[in-house]
Amino acid sequence: MTTEVKNLKGNAATRSKVQQQVVNSLQKRHRQEKLFRGAGVAAVSISILLVVLLFVNIFSKGLPAFWQHAIKLDIYFDPAVVKIAEKPVQQAGESDNEFRQRDLEWRSAVGMINFNRLIVDGLQKVIPDANEHRRDLQRIVTSGERFAIRDLVIKDPSIIGSTQSLFLLTDANIDVWLKGNIDRSLGDAQQQLSPKVREWVESLKAQGVIQNRFSFALFMNPDSRSSLASAGLAGAFMGSLYMMLVVIVLAIPMGVAAAIYLEEFAPKNKLTDLVEVNINNLAAVPSIVFGLLGASIFIGWFNLPMSAPVVGGLVLTLMTLPTVIIATRSTLKAIPPSIRQAALGLGASKSQAVFHHVLPLAIPGILTGSIIGVAQALGESAPLLLIGMKSFVASIPSSAMEQSTALPVQIYLWQGNELRNFFEARTSAAIIVLLALMLSLNSLAIWLRKRYEVRW
Amino acid sequence: MNNFSLILMLLVLMAVAYQFGMVRSRSLAGGNNSAIMHSRPHHYGMMVGLWAVLPPLFIMLLWNWFSPGVIQSMVLASIPAEHLPDGEQAAIIMRRISNLAANFGIVAEAAEWELNAANYLQALRQQSALMLTALMFIVASVGLLLSFRKIQPSLRARHQVEKVMMGLLLLCSTVAILTTIGIVLSMVGETLKFFTFIKPSDFFFGTTWNPRFSTAGVADGSLTGSQGSFGLLPLLSGTMLVAFIAMLVAIPLGLMVAIYMAEYAPSKVRNTVKPVIEVLAGIPTIVYGFFALVTVGPFLTDLGAMLGLTIRATSALTAGVVMGIMLIPFISSLSDDILTQVPKALRDGSLGLGATKSETIRKVVLPAALPGIVGAVLLAVSRAIGETMIVVLAAGNSPSLTANPFEAVSTVTVTIVNQLTGDNDFASPQSLVAFALGLTLFVITLLLNVVALVIVRKYREQYE
Repeated sequence: MTTEVKNLKGNAATRSKVQQQVVNSLQKRHRQEKLFRGAGVAAVSISILLVVLLFVNIFSKGLPAFWQHAIKLDIYFDPAVVKIAEKPVQQAGESDNEFRQRDLEWRSAVGMINFNRLIVDGLQKVIPDANEHRRDLQRIVTSGERFAIRDLVIKDPSIIGSTQSLFLLTDANIDVWLKGNIDRSLGDAQQQLSPKVREWVESLKAQGVIQNRFSFALFMNPDSRSSLASAGLAGAFMGSLYMMLVVIVLAIPMGVAAAIYLEEFAPKNKLTDLVEVNINNLAAVPSIVFGLLGASIFIGWFNLPMSAPVVGGLVLTLMTLPTVIIATRSTLKAIPPSIRQAALGLGASKSQAVFHHVLPLAIPGILTGSIIGVAQALGESAPLLLIGMKSFVASIPSSAMEQSTALPVQIYLWQGNELRNFFEARTSAAIIVLLALMLSLNSLAIWLRKRYEVRW
Repeated sequence: MNNFSLILMLLVLMAVAYQFGMVRSRSLAGGNNSAIMHSRPHHYGMMVGLWAVLPPLFIMLLWNWFSPGVIQSMVLASIPAEHLPDGEQAAIIMRRISNLAANFGIVAEAAEWELNAANYLQALRQQSALMLTALMFIVASVGLLLSFRKIQPSLRARHQVEKVMMGLLLLCSTVAILTTIGIVLSMVGETLKFFTFIKPSDFFFGTTWNPRFSTAGVADGSLTGSQGSFGLLPLLSGTMLVAFIAMLVAIPLGLMVAIYMAEYAPSKVRNTVKPVIEVLAGIPTIVYGFFALVTVGPFLTDLGAMLGLTIRATSALTAGVVMGIMLIPFISSLSDDILTQVPKALRDGSLGLGATKSETIRKVVLPAALPGIVGAVLLAVSRAIGETMIVVLAAGNSPSLTANPFEAVSTVTVTIVNQLTGDNDFASPQSLVAFALGLTLFVITLLLNVVALVIVRKYREQYE
């Protein structure tokens, strides 16, 4: 075409009117071509930019929250304050129940001790003018740490009388102040911290008594409302784990079985068509509708407990089922009929052909589809809100029947916390944890596909 | 014994029975296969295992279904006539008694007759569990023995096993249908209950949404004056507004990405860029909601202030834009598949006639792919309508009939969440309306999906 254009240009004198028109329009058409292509490039770059923006945004907010300010205190476990009997040991002839009763009594006795006093004593050692401002002193260490100290005593009562050097988490407001997440030029009336506390923590930070350390609390602790600085993801993580177990145990075998039946055995009739249309539709039903189903059937009819991971797991199972079925079916479809024919030709029954020859070849594809389905279920939150999993739970669930939240719901709960300056970062950190889990699941799926994929 | 350990025992029994059957068939066959068996040894094993386990399992299901009712009526019959409650009272008293029996605390002191009933209940429960265990054991051993003795060279064990397996597979594939039926039945039931409080016409054509709070008086329908209004239209308009904005973002971007990927990009670019964009599809919606709330909303407000507009941080625009971002990979990957399905001959014909590449795409490829793309867009719209977390966080939750994208709106999904997560009584119209809204949502998305699937399917037939 280009040589033609040159020719046309070359013999300008002999150009006809039509040729003239073509030459004129050609420039315009090429410009349009460039514009169109440019629009494509722009759309791709905008999309990539959005991905990058989203991740940079979340990570820049969330990464600092993995480190939290803690104060290094020498805590003297004063026997005058920590007055407890010896830790009970099971004696010969004592039944388990009696021992448990005694142990429980001992634990509640330990719980009555004023551990706060130990913390205040420790603070007085590092803050010289502490005695004049006792009220301010109470606000430095977050209130949850007294329970951490209590747990130390319960674990090993022999530390009573000794002095331990411990890192205790500071109050959430102190963390916000030291990280500069609040406008420092605001007046005293608008600041959460009194001027005295601010002065103290600044100098302690400069002395290295307060340090910004990796926050294990974020991973080890359950959620907390009274002690915001020690609120963690452990409860939500266990809740999500139980739900995923339910999903894996129920959705994958059921989905694979259904797909095998529909793809390999089902007679082709109206009913099978109906099931197929139904499954495709189910895959596109909004997730919140599954939440309504769970609320009315599992909780309303079957009287399963509210907020329990088992109910959440069942709801997510129903949601994941179509994904698993569709993925398994397409994998089975891709396996060449020659495999089945060879097996049948050697005298295998139909089910032997399927289970001994077709299914083993389909396993990588089935695994990939199932893992993607589980990852989807892990990130789902809307249906869980409707079955009560958004209630505040301050303990780590020890079974699938206990109250719990889930990781995405914990994100929802934290983003609504009033202490915005602190929880914006903490929520982003929780998002990073969730995304890391989901991305690792997805990359596992991709790796499996790459590793075991067979091209026919 | 509880159900869990019973099931565990059944599994152990199955393994044992399997071994029995296998050993027996092997010994029948003899060392040099003197008797030709119909099936493989593991088929005989499996058959014995199934006979030993399935009947007791069935009995256990039935027992668990019926025994609580039987036990309850026996306990109620044992209560002296003067305390004998009627109607709803019975349920409350039963709960007290079963709490007593389980050693949970109850309100107020337990009366003598309550304690007696609780003891009786406890005894009955123990008896029931014992009877169940014994019955299951008997049935299991009978099944095992009978099937074990039936093993012969001519017994078609494989057929039996395969039939059971087929039944199991069929059962699994009906779960999907049962789910749909469950969704429809539960929502229709609750919606009908809701319509005993509110007229359907008031719901579907009402223009105000103000459900008020549930009060004790409202539940029985006597104080209809304080009931509030449940008009669907403001919610529906908010939903449509957000979905429309989302489509304004997602369609141009998603479609251009698909066109570039399918028609222009060299395979190297395609292989690296496609997964990056599809990362967007894997991000949970709550993350998008948070992104909208803390980043996009304030950004849009600042942008509006620069242009002299007042844009609320949580508005239809914020939610719509972020939802649009979420839907880009959805539209782009679906359209990409459709574009690559268009036969190469069409492109070659057009290029051969002297059209530029963009002309070929716009005048030949896109019209040929249009039905598929429309289907993809419809699917995306149904996603947008059913999307919850983004709008819960970023749409502002203010149910008003407005077409102004800079205002806060509320959507159907947000309202479902709000109505069902409060402390409302489950039987009040304030809670029941969530199911009516859910049914509306279900019907709308179902219609969109069916239309989209029909269009896509019709299109696919053209080139086969």
